[in-house]
Amino acid sequence: MQRIGVFVCWCGSNIAATVDVHAVAEAAKLEPGVVFSTDYQYMCSQAGQNMIIDAVKEHKLTGLVICSCSPRMHEATFRKTAANAGINPYMVEIANIREQCSWVHKDMPTGTEKAIILAKAAIAKVHLNTPLTPGESKVTKRALVIGGGIAGIQTALDIADAGYPVDIVEKEPTIGGKMAQLDKTFPTLDCAACILTPKMVDAAQNENIRIISYAKVEEVGGFVGNFHVKIRKKARFVNEDVCTGCGLCTEKCPQKKVPNAFNLNMDNHRAIYIPFAQAVPKVAVIDPDYCNMLKNGKCGVCAKVCTAGAIDYKQEDQIIEEDYGAIVAATGYNPISVEKFDEFAYSQSKDVITSLEFERLTNAAGPTAGKLLRPSDGEHPHTIVFVQCVGSRCASCAGKGKEYCSKICCMYTAKHAMLVRDKYPDTEVYVFYIDVRTPGKNFDEFYRRAVEEYGVHYIKGMVGKVTPENGKLKVQASDLLADRQLHIDADLVVLAAAIEPDKSARPLATMLTASMDTNDFFTEAHPKLRPVESPTAGIFLSGACQGPKDIPETVSQASAAAAKVIGLLSKNTLKGNPCVAQSDELMCNGCSSCANVCPYGAITYVNKEFRMPDRTTKVRRVASVNPAVCQGCGACTVACPSGAMDLNGFKNNQIMAEVDAICK
Amino acid sequence: MQTVTRETLLDKASALLASGEVSRVLGWKKGEFAYDVTPAVFESAEEMEKDFVYDIFSGANFSKYLIKETAKEGKVLVFLKPCDSYSFNQLLTEHRFDREKVYAIGIPCDGMMDASTVKALAPEGLVSAERDGDNLVIHTLYDGDKILPYADNLPDRCRHCKSKKVVAYDEMLGENGDVVDSHRFDEVAELEAMSEDARFAFWQNELSRCIRCNACRDVCPACTCEKCVFDNPKSGVENKAISDSYEEKMFHIIRAFHVAGRCTDCGECSRVCPQNIPLHLLNRKFIYDIDRNYGDYMAGAEEGSRAPLVNYKTEDPEAADVLERGDK
Amino acid sequence: MQVNESNIVANEEFRPKIVAFCCNWCSYAGADLAGNNRLAYPADIKIIRVPCSCRVNPMFILRAFQRGADGVILCGCHPGDCHYTSGNYYTRRRMAMLFSMLNYLGIEKERTRVEWVSAAEGAKFAATMQDFAEKVKALGPNKRLEDLRCKQ
Repeated sequence: MQRIGVFVCWCGSNIAATVDVHAVAEAAKLEPGVVFSTDYQYMCSQAGQNMIIDAVKEHKLTGLVICSCSPRMHEATFRKTAANAGINPYMVEIANIREQCSWVHKDMPTGTEKAIILAKAAIAKVHLNTPLTPGESKVTKRALVIGGGIAGIQTALDIADAGYPVDIVEKEPTIGGKMAQLDKTFPTLDCAACILTPKMVDAAQNENIRIISYAKVEEVGGFVGNFHVKIRKKARFVNEDVCTGCGLCTEKCPQKKVPNAFNLNMDNHRAIYIPFAQAVPKVAVIDPDYCNMLKNGKCGVCAKVCTAGAIDYKQEDQIIEEDYGAIVAATGYNPISVEKFDEFAYSQSKDVITSLEFERLTNAAGPTAGKLLRPSDGEHPHTIVFVQCVGSRCASCAGKGKEYCSKICCMYTAKHAMLVRDKYPDTEVYVFYIDVRTPGKNFDEFYRRAVEEYGVHYIKGMVGKVTPENGKLKVQASDLLADRQLHIDADLVVLAAAIEPDKSARPLATMLTASMDTNDFFTEAHPKLRPVESPTAGIFLSGACQGPKDIPETVSQASAAAAKVIGLLSKNTLKGNPCVAQSDELMCNGCSSCANVCPYGAITYVNKEFRMPDRTTKVRRVASVNPAVCQGCGACTVACPSGAMDLNGFKNNQIMAEVDAICK
Repeated sequence: MQTVTRETLLDKASALLASGEVSRVLGWKKGEFAYDVTPAVFESAEEMEKDFVYDIFSGANFSKYLIKETAKEGKVLVFLKPCDSYSFNQLLTEHRFDREKVYAIGIPCDGMMDASTVKALAPEGLVSAERDGDNLVIHTLYDGDKILPYADNLPDRCRHCKSKKVVAYDEMLGENGDVVDSHRFDEVAELEAMSEDARFAFWQNELSRCIRCNACRDVCPACTCEKCVFDNPKSGVENKAISDSYEEKMFHIIRAFHVAGRCTDCGECSRVCPQNIPLHLLNRKFIYDIDRNYGDYMAGAEEGSRAPLVNYKTEDPEAADVLERGDK
Repeated sequence: MQVNESNIVANEEFRPKIVAFCCNWCSYAGADLAGNNRLAYPADIKIIRVPCSCRVNPMFILRAFQRGADGVILCGCHPGDCHYTSGNYYTRRRMAMLFSMLNYLGIEKERTRVEWVSAAEGAKFAATMQDFAEKVKALGPNKRLEDLRCKQ
């Protein structure tokens, strides 16, 4: 029989105003096993905690019931108190008589009556509590960053600087991500490459960083501190260690008609290519869908011209397996497909482009070498219409667009408009917007400059229709402020497409058991207080995979994620949650129902020998839970028909005791 | 017409026993009365010659016995009617016995009688019954022979047979059949169409006859727990006998829930119930609900398939929608 | 005497006993938020904290009814938001099946409910509890699951 102490907190008047705390303490005294019961003004205060410690010693208490605020608030506090008093921290139960009683019920009799019942339920439960000890697990001091954009690079650099090895897995042949494709960056107008490429080089040269490019994560097992990851590195048919990146092959390859994805397919490269001049690693890659040698065995030019002998047509995908202590998701974003927005004629005219395509058209390394030319005829456009919020803030366009604000479009559109007016003052620039959103340091000033200094025509209203006609784009739009319809003959229409999480994020989230919102952005552990952690321990979030972000915000969040990773990796061991599932082997049927529902793969089966009553032995298949992997959800306990599987801290008989106490 | 006779099975079993391929045979054994056929383990051809029966009362499903029998030395021969073979697969899916230690002979079936059905047809002086072509011939002490159409007088589980296909076997005797388009959910639908009050009255009448003999549980090929929660003091619901009026209801709901998605609808529970409670209507309700809400699923049709209650789809209907549907 | 006792009870206003199972991560936090915002709901509701809605065994629910509960409500994270990724999907199937079965046995379907309440939905929590308690109250005491046999 337990010796239970009950401690009823007044929480000043928060509880005491609608609950007769003294009556609760008195009622608790009548419950079996309760040897001490009292009330006090602030149980969580030092004096309150000392009172508990003294009571434990004086009355030889084995179990504690604290009637106070929510366990989400102070359960950890009182568990520590119990430990300080010399009893197992898991011998504490909290009756939530504040948030779920005194604060929601107005009159004293009702509140008191309910508080007594809640106290009784907690007493009934603590009777069945057993001391629990959290298991310890070692921390692998290596981090994995998935995604090699600016977010992933920054996170990796910061972790590496703290002295821990980091691997970056990037699905493209080079790191750099979206930022590498940008021309200038707002609000300072410094060139993206000038600030990004040094960081890329830093990452490549940092001895703690390993870049695994042209690769993807295939399997994730394990748990915080002990992840085991399988990475598939795709064959690039070029030996990465040997290739010098001289680029000769990319000039000699006879297959010239390969759409250049880096330039958003606005021009072509060869079947063997280096994505861009500053690529890291600067190593050629062969596109097997276009290479004549790989397709039909006829060619081999690149191998002939390569003086380093780096070409390897027989190269195969490579599987890399590695252990990590922490994983950072930095999978980034993509503009949505605007083809579904027929009204803007994106698929009908080459001169209707997305903002990212516009970036390439103004980029010195882009398909036009930085000259702003119409894709259809190579002429200089004289009238440009920018359309904002294409697919953003669009609750009604389900299936096409997104409900959320993509956040970065207002600013980059202002940047584009300003750059055009700066380089080509003869060009008329119109920007159609719903609202212009410019919160951020120097952001509004930047936008005001576009309007006031550069004379960009900002028009509140949406473009209704774009019609290609005689080499022009007829833009029909409404000006909401002037309340009139506008017709503009434009040479170029630029769509600020909404951004969405990269398609690889959803399957990755499933592998990581990290949760996502309905838009496939990763969910943070707490929207305000834990913004760079996933609710799944050991998984961290960096950059736009968590929500739309501009570069400064991405970089600060990337460093924040790194700080969290460093905090984790600096520990030698981690204490687990002892409230994990446990199987009673004598009752287990070995039916695998529990393993089917376990989201963590924590359950395995072993053949075990049992001594039977007649002294024979029998080998049976039984479930075995890895307490380090189990997170304690309890799904298995209900899937188990025999009741062999139970959950520490929330055992079947404990919950039923609570039910009984409440329904009595 | 049953193409497989007692002799066919006997010959097969004797040969397998003689060759040492199997060391035991799970078969039907004659009981006190002719309609009283019980499952038995035979260890020799002589024993079988003496007591083995295969007639219209050979309905018992042997799959569950394999758990115990395969734990012993040597291989065991089992005869699987179509419904038994579903249970067989389901047990394999749940790793309940070692397939290597079984020699399974599939036999076709077009309906088996059970004692209570025949007793109901001839309440006084029942001696024996047999099949003659399309007829059921019941021999009685006082009224002579009663001749009735066989198919129409089968027990519910066979009248609403779901499948004549043996889905697991090493060797098939006779011709294998197909999955049948049955009307097994009609009764469930009828109950669903009734008012809550009427349904309550129906089940109150049925379940209050329960004597908690546990026969339904003991015969059920899905109820194979090493220790049943109702026998386990730690479970909190353990109860050997009825201590209050609620017990039997709790027992039947939990039992049905525990086998939901795993029940192969073999109908053994209703067959063995001494109080004639239509227990299969509980299991079929779950099967019907699963089929309607999560897609058709037949437990045991495929070895290794994932049972619907340990599975999910993100677009599953909400509980409230399922209730509305069932209410119609 | 028992008869007198039940007469006394009958004269008083019927107050249902309701058990609410709430998952630790979403609904229990939602209930706490309802408290923070002082959103009242009937005291007939008593909450039991579980790590995840998928921890709720049908046996707990039947036990509650057996011991005299008049209604049982189960709250968890919205589908797709489970802290353990998939727990509430299993809950959804299990409870849909269990509650459908209870209704099949003639138990009023308003006595059972599954509701998804996030940690941010304090108002929804209070409104849901208010509504559920009213519906259960309107049904009157639970007799069907408590007393089945006609053993007069």
